[in-house]
Amino acid sequence: MSKIHVSTTVNGDAVEFLADPRDTLLDCLRDQLGLTGTKEGCGTGDCGACSVQLDGVLVCSCLVLGAEAEGKTVATVEGLSTGPDLHPLQRKFIEHAALQCGFCTPGILVAANALLAQNPDPTETEVRYWLAGNLCRCTGYDKIIRAVMDAGAEMRGVN
Amino acid sequence: MRFHTPKTFEQAATIAAGASGLTRFLAGGTDVLVQLRAAIVTPDDLIDLKHIPGVKDISRTAEGGWRIGIAVSGAELGRHTGVCADWPGVVEGMQLVGSTQVQGRATLVGNLCNGSPAADSVPGMMAAGAMVSVIGPQGSRAVAVEDIPAGPSRTTLLPGEVITAIVLPPRGAHGGDAYLRFIPRTEMDIAVVGVAVNLRRDGARITEARIALGAVGPKVMLAPAAAQAIMGTTLDEAALAALSAAAIAASTPISDKRGTATFRKDIVGVLVQRAARIAYARAEGASA
Ligand SMILES: Cc1cc2nc3c(=O)[nH]c(=O)nc-3n(C[C@H](O)[C@H](O)[C@H](O)COP(=O)(O)OP(=O)(O)OC[C@H]3O[C@@H](n4cnc5c(N)ncnc54)[C@H](O)[C@@H]3O)c2cc1C
Ligand code: FES
Ligand code: FES
Repeated sequence: MSKIHVSTTVNGDAVEFLADPRDTLLDCLRDQLGLTGTKEGCGTGDCGACSVQLDGVLVCSCLVLGAEAEGKTVATVEGLSTGPDLHPLQRKFIEHAALQCGFCTPGILVAANALLAQNPDPTETEVRYWLAGNLCRCTGYDKIIRAVMDAGAEMRGVN
Repeated sequence: MRFHTPKTFEQAATIAAGASGLTRFLAGGTDVLVQLRAAIVTPDDLIDLKHIPGVKDISRTAEGGWRIGIAVSGAELGRHTGVCADWPGVVEGMQLVGSTQVQGRATLVGNLCNGSPAADSVPGMMAAGAMVSVIGPQGSRAVAVEDIPAGPSRTTLLPGEVITAIVLPPRGAHGGDAYLRFIPRTEMDIAVVGVAVNLRRDGARITEARIALGAVGPKVMLAPAAAQAIMGTTLDEAALAALSAAAIAASTPISDKRGTATFRKDIVGVLVQRAARIAYARAEGASA
């Protein structure tokens, strides 16, 4: 089966890889590019663990083919921190203990970051609906929601 | 699997018509990739339509309706103030599809062509009287949305045919539409029943009505008798009772893990009244 040559930009870096036509973007990120921060929970769009931004749009990378990333920009959880400095969302997740096993965390961080970029001051209801496609088996969500709200507040400079 | 990225719909139709094995078009991929992964459908040829110019556009038709490109996502549709103002029922159906992540990709055309009896955007499109433009080996044609579904996972599109756009008619004066679904929770579930109502008023009286039902038969369908039940009425209690009875009579649901046939019939009778009330109120607020 002939592979497809894909040139794309991931977290600001130009990258190239060879994808089987059936490989998802998730497969390519993890297996070709070694970016294993993006997780596979279900592979069917239900859990959100594989969330990335594709040309600025929040998507499940398990529902995008690697070949579809050609010429696009991809943002993964690995691009959130700046060098050793964690992103406010990452710090607030630690502060609020908003994770237990951590498997859902990368996807939720990416999804929450996409929310705060377009809505810096979301209500709790807006956060809950936005994150409805991100499943967590451990935390019961409450600490996650509080961490996102608190990170939003810090990013707006109100605390 | 061969992956194609045609630059025109004619090329896409030619590839599909010439393919000997299983073919799928790729719009948002939220059905195609799930089926690929679950090995339910592994196409021999997968034809990505997103490289065709204009597929992300929404534009006014000469008649005053809307032409919606086949790759417009649910999120993009929801941000379009013009379509939201004219056809809120169509938009709210599409916006119920999946999560934020799914909304970034999923399309009206994919929802229609996947052929699910529970597809959330399809009742709204049918009630609105939407048409699709189709190109295929035999040339191009316009097809009413209600003539596309053929049964679970099947459409009436011929081999090689591809939809090039969805066309919503002009809203016109004093019209309103609405879509409601029942799911056992608030988000991320598949409709147990879906109902769309589109109507027009002259004062308090209903002068036009179209009603479509989802998840209560092998495909999404129009319910002309239900529409007839409210024609000429002011949506009074007698009209609502007749509407409910007609929607129940039009339903032929199955029992499955989401609900029994009896439960679905009960729910369709309730939801159709609620959706009609919303459409009726929206029609009052709406002007040409
Ligand atoms: C987590 C999750 C939740 C979901 N929730 C819902 C829900 O609540 N309600 C609901 O209704 N659906 C739901 N879906 C199903 C799916 O998201 C929708 O059906 C969606 O609208 C499909 O659109 P798409 O663009 O992704 O289609 P695709 O997967 O790209 O295509 C679907 C089908 O349409 C055909 N097709 C695509 N474009 C064309 C064209 N131009 N001409 C002819 N055929 C074409 C393809 O060949 C394929 O058979 C959900 C899916 C997931 C993964
Ligand atoms: S792995 Fe993509 S949504 Fe679960
Ligand atoms: S912390 Fe374990 S799944 Fe969320």
